[in-house]
Amino acid sequence: MGDEAPPETADAARLRYSGREATDMPLRELLTALERMYPPDRLLTNPAQLAAYESDALTVFKEQAGAVVLSETQSEVVDTVRLCARHGVPFVARGSGTSLSGGSLPVADGVVIGLSRLNRILKLDPDDRVAVVEPGVVNLAVSRAAAPHRLYYAPDPSSQSVCTIGGNVAFNSGGAHCLKYGMTSNHVLGMKVVLPDGEVSEMGGASLEGVGPDMTGLFVGSEGLFGIALEITLRLLPIPEVYRTVLAAYHSLEDAGDAVSAVIASGLLPGAMEIMDRLAIRAAEVGAQAGYPPDAAALLIVELEGEADAVDAEFSRLLRVIESSGAYEVRVARDEEERTRIWKGRKSAFSAVGRLAPDYIVQDGVVPRSRLGEALARIEALSRAYDISVANVFHAGDGNLHPLILFDGRTTGALEAAEELAGEILELCIELGGSITGEHGVGMEKRHYMSRMFGRAEMEAMERLRSSIDPMQLANRGKMLPLETTRAPGR
Amino acid sequence: MSPDQARTTSSSSSQVKEIQEAVRRHARVLATGGGSKPALSTPGDDGVVRIDVSPLRGILFYDPEEFTFSAWAGTPVAAVAADLAQNGQHLPFDPPLSAQGATLGGTVAAGANGSGRYRYGGVRDFLIGVRFVDGRGNLLQGGGKVVKNAAGFDFPKLMVGSLGRLGILTELTFKVFPAPRSTASLRADFATLDAGLDAVVRLGRSTFDLEGVDLVATAKGVSLWLRVGGLADTLPGRMERISDFLTDRSEPVRIERFENGEKGVVHWKEMASMEWAPEDGLLVKVPVTPTKVRQVDAAWASQGAIRRYSVGANVAWVAWPGSTRALDDSLADAGLAGVVLRGSSGHPWVGRPTGRRFLERIAAALDPDDKFGAVRSWPTS
Ligand SMILES: Cc1cc2nc3c(=O)[nH]c(=O)nc-3n(C[C@H](O)[C@H](O)[C@H](O)COP(=O)(O)OP(=O)(O)OC[C@H]3O[C@@H](n4cnc5c(N)ncnc54)[C@H](O)[C@@H]3O)c2cc1C
Repeated sequence: MGDEAPPETADAARLRYSGREATDMPLRELLTALERMYPPDRLLTNPAQLAAYESDALTVFKEQAGAVVLSETQSEVVDTVRLCARHGVPFVARGSGTSLSGGSLPVADGVVIGLSRLNRILKLDPDDRVAVVEPGVVNLAVSRAAAPHRLYYAPDPSSQSVCTIGGNVAFNSGGAHCLKYGMTSNHVLGMKVVLPDGEVSEMGGASLEGVGPDMTGLFVGSEGLFGIALEITLRLLPIPEVYRTVLAAYHSLEDAGDAVSAVIASGLLPGAMEIMDRLAIRAAEVGAQAGYPPDAAALLIVELEGEADAVDAEFSRLLRVIESSGAYEVRVARDEEERTRIWKGRKSAFSAVGRLAPDYIVQDGVVPRSRLGEALARIEALSRAYDISVANVFHAGDGNLHPLILFDGRTTGALEAAEELAGEILELCIELGGSITGEHGVGMEKRHYMSRMFGRAEMEAMERLRSSIDPMQLANRGKMLPLETTRAPGR
Repeated sequence: MSPDQARTTSSSSSQVKEIQEAVRRHARVLATGGGSKPALSTPGDDGVVRIDVSPLRGILFYDPEEFTFSAWAGTPVAAVAADLAQNGQHLPFDPPLSAQGATLGGTVAAGANGSGRYRYGGVRDFLIGVRFVDGRGNLLQGGGKVVKNAAGFDFPKLMVGSLGRLGILTELTFKVFPAPRSTASLRADFATLDAGLDAVVRLGRSTFDLEGVDLVATAKGVSLWLRVGGLADTLPGRMERISDFLTDRSEPVRIERFENGEKGVVHWKEMASMEWAPEDGLLVKVPVTPTKVRQVDAAWASQGAIRRYSVGANVAWVAWPGSTRALDDSLADAGLAGVVLRGSSGHPWVGRPTGRRFLERIAAALDPDDKFGAVRSWPTS
């Protein structure tokens, strides 16, 4: 496919692109070439149009792209990437722009490649239980298409009605139901990708098993740094016969946390175990009228799924565990409608928090499950020390926290204080032996914490790997791996 | 940690340094583990230095409440399984060849999964952290120790199936699951492979929670083996419903049910031990799908191959009587790839695997001097 620019060393590339003016010329030349490829309504260059793409869902970051293209076919994407490579212009793939870490933030004077129109489900094979999709297909659309065959796509981010499979792949997105069946990467079997210099490569296939190093597994979660996924083969699962969902209210967050440990110790394997604290409950109430017990200090949602006989027997055990865990109110969803209502409150918690404060940052750190209680107590102490409200909604089963840090960006210094608090929470997760992100990705936001989590040798290895795949650092430049390791956290 | 394990641990740290030095010193190296997959641990080429990681053994950390453990790469799977079982936990993918001494590192490197992979995933889904020595002799860590982690490139997954091509594994962290209290099995015989595959496909879209779904080609047709797990008193009823489902929707010749006893586990043990495959000849793992199996089975049968289709017809285990060359041709014709675990030496990847160009770039970063590549070449298409 030798259409790409001659390879250049990473150092040379960095030198060439370090100054902003230097990129203007290549960008202008690139635009001329793009004009030949795209009609005007799919090549956006004027500032009013570009404004719609200047942020993702983490709106504290803003950057204007040199241009946005709205690709409709895989070959348009490949050609665009090749042109970017030829002209040395960086590009950022964009699905629905719901990233919470600045992952789909444009690069200044770079090109944003919008993929939401590549939304075809190319194949749905119920016998082999796979779907082959383009990257702009919305997560929930896969399950909708599979439903007539009584199959579904398991990973369920709260944003699943809008976010795309391409974005899910880049971040290895998760959801409430990842405890049992895993995250995105556990459900991606194969891919066709365009590498950052325009070469197209396939990896994996339609089988659950592979041969050789698991390259599909490496590509998932690489945050757009290895190029753009053009076609993704997803594993489908049979829709469970029944779900049994219980909601338990507690007078303290600690009691809810202890209940999670008790469930785990009982040998049950729930599909989901979620906790919300007082502030998050209030947000869900305001946002979704979920009808949650209003005085609860913490709510625990536990769900079992599977074959009716098996789940019924396990559910009785679960209820015994929950009832002896100090819950003051236990509600069992009697039908699908009640189950939906329980989940609606939980799934709308992020957007609902927007009603409690003008701005928020959501963190996504992970701690060992047994240290959840300690982590939450320390976050509460930090919240008091900073005098900043923090709402907690989290995937308790796998120790994945989602502290929502509330602030008012119109107040001078409020954003900086919120970011400082966010940073302390990340440090806390690292200290407790966890991770800075469970599912939202590093993106722009957490890149300076990578070197706190990983040692120098690891950072260098990741940098070498990226440079070997993308010597010019064109794909999503500046995300995940910090540009200069010496810069202090913050921006 | 027992005093015994503590001893191995401190000696192991110096062994890791020795591995790093060996990689730096020699031009071509190959890591070997328990030797349960001889085709993978025989250098074949002159001038390739073997690095034995089997002395690196012992569990470093196991916290049942966290559902995680870390161990040295040379730790036998069987030893780990015994520890996990004491806490009612397991690695649900039935790691193969553990009775023959397979190590954790070898299992990861071979990317080998047993029948239990069907329900919750395989070694790729349960490996959450690695330490490995790269081609420069650097000791690198990837992933982490918590069950959920999206930070940084996913080196653990990259190591799965890598056969040492990209580095030598020294330490591994896994997530584990609660083991079912009881299991029960069922065998349904069908007159033809197609009828058996039809049943596999129907079951795959049914709401039955199956842990294992294997097809064994026999002289009289094919046997379908199913395994369910859970609370003991629910199992008979569930098995009954599965039997009814099979008789209603397909044409089994005969169905036999096994409760927890010896007879019920014999198939799964045999699958894990690979004892059904002749000692001589090649033993190959080929990723497939039910659709692919329909296309290739007759050709393999005509070449005298013994076939077992595991994981809901997603893995073909093929005992191949002919030459590697003939196998390679047969896979290439079908657009398939495989890995030879037993029998041949040298170049275990056969057929037409995908991802060549991406792999080249990855290898250039992790193994720039091609120290591991000598006996691990990727077939060209
Ligand atoms: C209200 C709300 C709730 C959320 N809940 C969850 C949740 O429960 N769990 C969770 O994990 N996340 C959640 N998210 C975060 C977000 O939805 C996910 O990260 C999602 O995967 C992003 O998809 P997207 O299509 O919006 O991607 P974008 O934001 O457009 O892009 C995300 C990243 O993917 C890259 N990318 C996009 N397409 C491709 C491609 N084809 N190839 C390579 N790289 C590509 C981009 O460059 C960028 O780095 C939530 C977000 C919001 C706003």
